[in-house]
Amino acid sequence: MAGSEWSDPRPMSPHLQIWKWHWTMAASIFHRVTGVGNYLGALLISVWVVSLAAGPQAYGVVQTVMLSAVGQILLFFWLTSLLFHFANGIRHMLWDGPKAGFDPKVASAWSIFNFAFAIVAAATIWSLATNLI
Amino acid sequence: MSTNYETPTAAARGLGSAKSGTAHHIRQRVSAIALVFLVPWFLYGLITASRAGFAGATAWMAQPWNAILLILALGAAFYHMRLGMQVIVEDYIQKAGMKQGLLILNTFVCVGLFAATALSVLKIWISAGA
Repeated sequence: MAGSEWSDPRPMSPHLQIWKWHWTMAASIFHRVTGVGNYLGALLISVWVVSLAAGPQAYGVVQTVMLSAVGQILLFFWLTSLLFHFANGIRHMLWDGPKAGFDPKVASAWSIFNFAFAIVAAATIWSLATNLI
Repeated sequence: MSTNYETPTAAARGLGSAKSGTAHHIRQRVSAIALVFLVPWFLYGLITASRAGFAGATAWMAQPWNAILLILALGAAFYHMRLGMQVIVEDYIQKAGMKQGLLILNTFVCVGLFAATALSVLKIWISAGA
């Protein structure tokens, strides 16, 4: 980040490089990263929906792209990203509502679970669906 | 009695923003609650519909319940996306013009995609004559 452009005199939150990585921090950062991933994935899904309305020719082109190696890799990343954001988002709601899971040990274990859930669930859905789109 | 003559404004000044953060937070959570239900439904629908080819996918989208839930899912998702990306831009982009430009672009992208996808769903639903 270009620190020199920072003109606000108030202290900044610590930079990534002076933090010791831990699971809750990783989950927090990946919640944001996967949010951006889902944003990009939504562009792919939008193309799919619009091509369906555009007719069989357009849909055929989109289907070919989605079924290509690059398309499949992007869709798999999107699915994993979506599932992580989904699991971690539920945790955010349980933090905000019933205020559950703030104990450090629970919070760490829950973070690890969210990562594991995203990968395992994405792999499971993928293997069941064989091809997404 | 304390003799603090500081005005509430003076006490709050410098402590950060007091604009519309609470409303933003609640909107983010409400759209998330909708998505907790809509995303699993959408994933299941996307997989089954897309495996059925063009005819199968349009037939899936032409079902009234699917069309309604899909428009709701798209609306909640694009709304949630817009709010989330807004926070990211506000957090990381300090340059004045760039910041506002990206915030406007974010809104245009999300609203534009919702209009395009919702119209697509409506077109398929109407042309199926359901």
